[in-house]
Amino acid sequence: MFQKIRAKLIGVIAITAMIIVGVFSYYQTNSEKEALFNIVKYNGNQLSEIIKMSLHNHMLQNQRERIYEVINRIGNSGEGVKKIRILNKSGEVIYSSNADEIGSSVDMKDENCYACHAENKPLEKLPILNRTRIFKTETDSSRMLGIINPIYNEKSCYEADCHVHPKSKKVLGVLDVTFCLKIADETIEKSRLTNIVLAVVSILAFSLLIGFFVERWVDKPVRELVEATNRVAIGNLNQPIKYDGKDELGILAKSFNNMMKKLSEMRVQLFQSDKMASLGRLAAGVAHEINNPLTGVLTYSSFLLKRAKDNPELQKDLEVIVRETKRSREIVKGLLDFSRQSTPKEGKMNVNEVISNAIAVISNQLKLHNITLKKELDDDIPDAAGDANQIQQVVLNLVVNSIDAMGGKGGTLTITSEKISLVPYGVKQIKQATCPKGHNLMDEEHKIDGMPSIKLKAKSSTNEGFIHLDPIYGRHRHHYGIQFKEHEIVKLFCPVCGISVVDEKETGEQCGAPVYKIIIPNQGTLVGCTKYACNCQKWDYIDSKGKQDYIKIKISDTGCGISEENINRIFEPFFSTKGQKGTGLGLSIIWGIIDNHNGKISVESKVNEGTTFTVQLPVNAQV
Amino acid sequence: MADKTNKYDILVIDDEAVIIEAVKRIATGEGFKVDSSLSAKEALGKLLETEYKLIITDIMMPEMDGFQLLEELEKRKLKIPVIVTTGYSTVEMAVKSLAKGAIGYIPKPFTLDELLSIIYRGLEFEKIDKKIAKEQFNVTDASIIYVPCPPKYYRLGYNSWINIDNEGSVFVGVSDMYLKTIKTLKSLTLRNFEDNIVQGAICATFEAEDGLIHHLLSPVSGMIIEPNDKLKEDITLIEKDPYFEGWLYRIIPSDLDFELKNLVSCSSDRI
Repeated sequence: MFQKIRAKLIGVIAITAMIIVGVFSYYQTNSEKEALFNIVKYNGNQLSEIIKMSLHNHMLQNQRERIYEVINRIGNSGEGVKKIRILNKSGEVIYSSNADEIGSSVDMKDENCYACHAENKPLEKLPILNRTRIFKTETDSSRMLGIINPIYNEKSCYEADCHVHPKSKKVLGVLDVTFCLKIADETIEKSRLTNIVLAVVSILAFSLLIGFFVERWVDKPVRELVEATNRVAIGNLNQPIKYDGKDELGILAKSFNNMMKKLSEMRVQLFQSDKMASLGRLAAGVAHEINNPLTGVLTYSSFLLKRAKDNPELQKDLEVIVRETKRSREIVKGLLDFSRQSTPKEGKMNVNEVISNAIAVISNQLKLHNITLKKELDDDIPDAAGDANQIQQVVLNLVVNSIDAMGGKGGTLTITSEKISLVPYGVKQIKQATCPKGHNLMDEEHKIDGMPSIKLKAKSSTNEGFIHLDPIYGRHRHHYGIQFKEHEIVKLFCPVCGISVVDEKETGEQCGAPVYKIIIPNQGTLVGCTKYACNCQKWDYIDSKGKQDYIKIKISDTGCGISEENINRIFEPFFSTKGQKGTGLGLSIIWGIIDNHNGKISVESKVNEGTTFTVQLPVNAQV
Repeated sequence: MADKTNKYDILVIDDEAVIIEAVKRIATGEGFKVDSSLSAKEALGKLLETEYKLIITDIMMPEMDGFQLLEELEKRKLKIPVIVTTGYSTVEMAVKSLAKGAIGYIPKPFTLDELLSIIYRGLEFEKIDKKIAKEQFNVTDASIIYVPCPPKYYRLGYNSWINIDNEGSVFVGVSDMYLKTIKTLKSLTLRNFEDNIVQGAICATFEAEDGLIHHLLSPVSGMIIEPNDKLKEDITLIEKDPYFEGWLYRIIPSDLDFELKNLVSCSSDRI
């Protein structure tokens, strides 16, 4: 439970508050206490002075009975004054409100007397602050405040008629008044209690408030994030986080949603690549296997057909067999063509021309189905690299699909073309790479996402082996042949001649590790960081060229649209909604062609509103 | 070779028995003597003791494939014409077969007529080859029997040729040896203007006097910018002058640099 952010935050805040409030109340109580005592001491001194003055005349007249009476009355008047006594110079108690004490002596080394008699020589003047002392008569009793008030020998004293005190004496005795501090102590105790209660209440309130807001601003969105990551972990990429706050967690949630979207797109593409590759192998295998038995059927049936010249009825039947076997041959051929729609023929094409050619083929169909064609072609687009035939096939297929989607009801078909620009980072494929001595580093055998990788010999602190770098600039799906420690600096060499491709003198901008340099023939140098798992790469030659141009073709119809559950599957081989009419290969072939052109195809659709296919083709083949 | 006691017309090599049976049935029906082998290794053994006029081989077989057989035959200097067939019937396979020395390529599944056409062509090839060997002509003298392709031309097997002109367009035609093997030409079906042809795929169809239909595989890919219209008026032009006046198409090649790798330079034939 204390692992949770909320508990930790509340803990930290409570402790901090406790310390702050604690220290504050400590000083507060102390200063209150001091102020109170000063008042008590001041009052005590005043009282002591008043007693002394009221006894002055009685002492001059040596009226001892009067003195007793005053001391007794004040000394036993109540809670405040506990005891009043007068000591003579030798420490003998002459008067006391406590009659038992009279005549007894006080030791001069007693702490009561210490203030004046520290050095065996009595002080002649005692400052007011030093006259007081606090003590306890018994350990469990209330605290007492004792005030010593020296009685000085004044002119009136040594000139009095009794001549008891000679002029030479400075101090005649001491008036000692003892006050009980019970009330003062109780007040202090009360105020301390109040402080503690206030501190506890404020800490509690503070914690509750923090807890409430942490729950609202942190816990809840974090919980949603955790749930979302769990969903991603089990493969569900279609349920975004609903939290839409404007704070950091809101931004995190937004970027998380964005990441999920990208992941899901990538998964579809990857899945597709994978499926196409395995389907290609399957198709090739199937074609090979089926063609052998088909040869048996076709040769024998055509052989029989030739021999059945005199039997027209049999001939007719055999003709059916030959015709249908030939049809099977065409189907298998289609399957084979699908499996090896591998490398497009390199060339230049004007996409607008390609579109126009495709439309020319199908224009009759458009008219037959009452479809209005809207061409919004940008005349200024540059030629794109690629196989015009294959792209024409793509456009044609998409248009045919649109016609099917609009059925007999008619509608509008819109075809647009335009030029767009995208940054090369994460897109551009490296097709050639050499070491400083000119040895080829491209590895046709080891492919990353179907593209030849860049092979380098790598040495870690403990091991050596090969690394295959991702040929897509800035994508970093490298394949590491050996294990590295986290943030280890990797040593890289040409696998052919063993020369180091690391430039120790130059360090990466981001992480400060040495960089590797790979020569891209005629296209500058690819510079990357040698720190393991550090993803920085720079290719100035390409970066300086800025954004790469693509031709975007959009084909929109106003047809029946594609439902949510089907839209993710439409590029899958053998997926068809046309029933017996289609093979389900059309869109997957299209996907393969665009993929082979280093392009992208995507689809958007709303049921009963229409569908839009978007194709992006690079203008330059080297992208 | 003459001292070999066993003599057959055709040796069929395929790991599928049904193919062997089918070819045997058709070929023996025409009166040919046919031997067979289920593997290329076994076939190579047979070649030591037996004389064959023509070999028909599959490509994808365990242990040794059809291409390796072609290489082995060339290594052993056995000049038996080979026809290649495969179930993996792609244009790449066709191009590779002809580039490696096969005289013909027939994709599976084939009909009786398609098979017979190529067998007759193969056997005719063998006859011409033997004639040259018998009379011990050197290559230039052999032109009495057939005209080899001119220097600076490129050829796909012995089927078709190209000649790159100065403007970047390419002339495509049929080799004299091919024409000789189909004997007398009766009619010719050409593709049209702006049609695309693909290396290794059929680009023209010839019908011979004997009724057999022969398909010519294109040496390069590209778009036809000019079919030779003169051939419509005078079909004999193609036989009289197959390398110059008898060209078939002028095309704009789409991937010449890459496709040239599969072609043989006619200049090197003459060394």
